[in-house]
Amino acid sequence: MSDHIVPPKVYVGIFLSLMVLTAATVGAAYVNLGPFNIVIALAIATLKATLVVLFFMHARYSPGRTHMVIIAAVFWLAIMLALTLSDYVTRARDVGATTSVPQMLTS
Amino acid sequence: MHRTGELYGQFETLEQQKESAALGMWVFLSTEVLFFGGLFMTYTLNRHYYGTAFGVGSNTLDLKLGGLNTVILILSSLTMAMSVWASHVGKRKATTSFLVATLILGTAFLGVKVIEYKQKFDHHLVPGYHFQIDYRAQHPAPNDDPKEIEAEKEELSKAFAKDPDLNAHAQLYFSLYFGMTGLHALHMIVGAGMLLWLIRQSMLGRFTPTYNTPVEMIGLYWHFVDIVWIYLFPLLYLIDRHQ
Repeated sequence: MSDHIVPPKVYVGIFLSLMVLTAATVGAAYVNLGPFNIVIALAIATLKATLVVLFFMHARYSPGRTHMVIIAAVFWLAIMLALTLSDYVTRARDVGATTSVPQMLTS
Repeated sequence: MHRTGELYGQFETLEQQKESAALGMWVFLSTEVLFFGGLFMTYTLNRHYYGTAFGVGSNTLDLKLGGLNTVILILSSLTMAMSVWASHVGKRKATTSFLVATLILGTAFLGVKVIEYKQKFDHHLVPGYHFQIDYRAQHPAPNDDPKEIEAEKEELSKAFAKDPDLNAHAQLYFSLYFGMTGLHALHMIVGAGMLLWLIRQSMLGRFTPTYNTPVEMIGLYWHFVDIVWIYLFPLLYLIDRHQ
């Protein structure tokens, strides 16, 4: 990465793309797409995060070692989400929903 | 430790020294991913179980302020990136100015967050004994738009019909709202402290085209905090806007 100097033009371009994507995510939230609302919101957020990592954080110009750490971070997060969800979604549907609520919170 | 100019003894070249710093920073950031990840996991499960309450809670947030903060934060990432560029090409004054701009934008973000938190306290939306999801609908302020209050009442009565325990479940949403935005704000405060130090170092002329690692490393941290907000914004503000 070190001696690759990213020109300001690239940074401004990425900033403008991030602004457009922010407008897109707000716009998409007002359209009823059923279960796809969350899919689109997360897809846009992930696209924005990718732009920030690649250009603002210079991952695009970084050595393979750095890429390995980034991929490991995403992979570990995926393990946590996937294994935890695979537990919850395969239980009886109402396990969470019927957990009794302490009296203090309901009053 | 033995040190030759900007090069510390354990490294062969400046290049290697810099890449080692970047690698260490990324390893730290990957632990941060998992640190925030636990909260995102909790959010996912609770939103799955209590979707109605999460939608109602999300709609009480001020989208204009949240959107403004998103713009402010992304702009601060741009100024941070620009200060890294300026330090690379040896523009000392520009490096300092961009760092100051980043600090100002970061502080503005926190200021907007204070306004948002204040509203939640005013509307009894802070989890605890006085939490009441329909407080604002029942006690509108004189300058509240009556149409908006009517819409809110209707939304709440529908939500209570779907989920009689709405008041309890909405507290889960607000616990996560304050927990996640609070942890994010704490990271911003730490970042602001580091920026103050960077600005001081930059004014003393410590950064040159061959040595600017601190600017770059704190830059990585700042962009990471920006990424967390990029996910928080749609997940907290935009759950159920389409009705």
